[in-house]
Amino acid sequence: MHPLLARSRLSIYTVAWIPLSLFLGYLLHSAAHLTWLASIALAFPLCLVYQFMCLSAWYSCKSAPLGRTNAARLALTHASAAVLVSLLWVQLGKVLAFGLSRFTALRDLNSRYVTAIPVLFAAGFLLYLLAVAYYYVILSLEASREAQARVMESTVLARDAELKALKAQVNPHFLFNSLNSISALTSIDPAKAREMCILLAEFLRMTLGLGEKSSIPLGEELHLLERFLAIEKVRFGSRLEMRENIQAETKTALIPPLLLQPLIENAVTHGIANVLDGGVISLTARCTAERLTVAVENTCDPDASYVRRGGLGLANVRRRLEARYGNEADMRVAIEAGIFKVQLSLPLEIVSVPIAETLQEEAAR
Amino acid sequence: MSAPKAQLGAIIVDDEQLARHAVRELLSVHPEIQILAECANGLEAVKAVTAHKPSLIFLDVQMPKLTGFDVLELIDTDAAVIFTTAFDQYAMRAFEVHAVDYLLKPIGRERFETALAHAKTRLEKNLPAPRAGELAASARPPQQFLERAVVKDGTRVTIIPIAKLDYVEAQDDYVALASGGKKHLKQQTIASLEACLDPNCFVKIHRSYIVNLERVTRIEPYAKDSKIAILSDGTRLPVSRSGYAKLQELLDQRPKS
Repeated sequence: MHPLLARSRLSIYTVAWIPLSLFLGYLLHSAAHLTWLASIALAFPLCLVYQFMCLSAWYSCKSAPLGRTNAARLALTHASAAVLVSLLWVQLGKVLAFGLSRFTALRDLNSRYVTAIPVLFAAGFLLYLLAVAYYYVILSLEASREAQARVMESTVLARDAELKALKAQVNPHFLFNSLNSISALTSIDPAKAREMCILLAEFLRMTLGLGEKSSIPLGEELHLLERFLAIEKVRFGSRLEMRENIQAETKTALIPPLLLQPLIENAVTHGIANVLDGGVISLTARCTAERLTVAVENTCDPDASYVRRGGLGLANVRRRLEARYGNEADMRVAIEAGIFKVQLSLPLEIVSVPIAETLQEEAAR
Repeated sequence: MSAPKAQLGAIIVDDEQLARHAVRELLSVHPEIQILAECANGLEAVKAVTAHKPSLIFLDVQMPKLTGFDVLELIDTDAAVIFTTAFDQYAMRAFEVHAVDYLLKPIGRERFETALAHAKTRLEKNLPAPRAGELAASARPPQQFLERAVVKDGTRVTIIPIAKLDYVEAQDDYVALASGGKKHLKQQTIASLEACLDPNCFVKIHRSYIVNLERVTRIEPYAKDSKIAILSDGTRLPVSRSGYAKLQELLDQRPKS
């Protein structure tokens, strides 16, 4: 679609040609020595026609895009177009001059037109090239806007994909170890084996379900964590001890789903699992009027390196927080006296009706 | 009178009680295999191997402090080792490459019998045990360097965090790991150890020496074409010409402190 053929733009375009018509009139008067009346009478109708002739430059610009056409071809295309259009215009001017010479005041215009030809030709040539330049500016603006939109789109897609991947992840190590525990329990304690099957099924179902949502109440995440830890407790026995300190008001606070799960999983796989005699995982949630603070602490092997303590999982949590809250959220990781501590602080958003939580709880039963 | 069936002694190493139980149960139909010990961690396993001299070891990969690979490095045994793991793609690939028997948890009966039969053949034919160091190196995820070295001095197991390693000296088939003024011998070649160390922290300055860059205080000329590196504890190590080039390149990249 031609950028100037929309109705509102076309009138602005026409108005923009008025000063050009005046200037052409001035040129005809001063350079071709026509009378003021003759100059204006020629310039205005000619410019009115020429503005439409210049619209054709758009199509030659589109067919010879900058950067993809070599400079010689570009120059040749536009220069020859400019010559042709200007010659046509000069011819039109001649017809006009002949017509105008019927008026007594402009009687000698037809004979004096010859002096105006070089001026008109030069003006036509330059005006056409001006139009070409203008269209190239428009084309490159469009291209850059498109490129920008594409970049935006791809970053949004990438972030979405990443979040989806983060949400959908169930650690295969956890899954196979749990299955192994179930397999061992089937002969020792079939009832316990069944119980663990159910815990695992609930955990998987909740993980899949929560991944679909953009925010969930903290209480719901805690239900998920309970199941995760119940399963790990069967694996690790007395090596895993859990302490929870949850302020009741925080249970309705909204968080991105599965935000804490990787932290607890880290605490088990990179913390407790690496300590010979096991240890304690403690989960604390507090809130003030504006902020929610959640902390996960666990016993860890002081000799283990950052990667072994789950540095990669933590980086993912940090990225998710940044994507969602920008500078509003904060994550602190510290290690002190064999205790590994991760503390998240985010803006407090309270779910208006805590009904979702009760429904989820019932569904899980 | 028939000859008594040859007894095979086995130990089961896994930090999860239920996982050990699963292996014990799978072994219950094999009266020829006698379970000598169950070990809940690598340290216990190293002791149990010395004490019981088992022919067969079921060895979990992921355990606290000492992994299954560490245990294999520390025990000097002809026993057949069957690794067990829940999920570790790098370890699994390493087992395949080195033709080491392994079992994936949960362990199925059929797979278990195959691995066991294989292990028995290995014992009968007296096939060599897998090279522990190489196995451990190929099981390490890419871009991840050695974090600690495990060594055994007599019956004592020492874990040296890599940051505390001052330098390494090659001694025939062994390497001496120097840390905090003590030297620990380990059966490994200096080349295979070098491959496991972060090249930004450790430099092979000489065909027999790898040094921790953090420890180098200065380098002095020694003779024509040779230099000497002086460590923070005063140790003097020879530096070859190519070693000096590597050292200089790395020291130039670091901010001067």
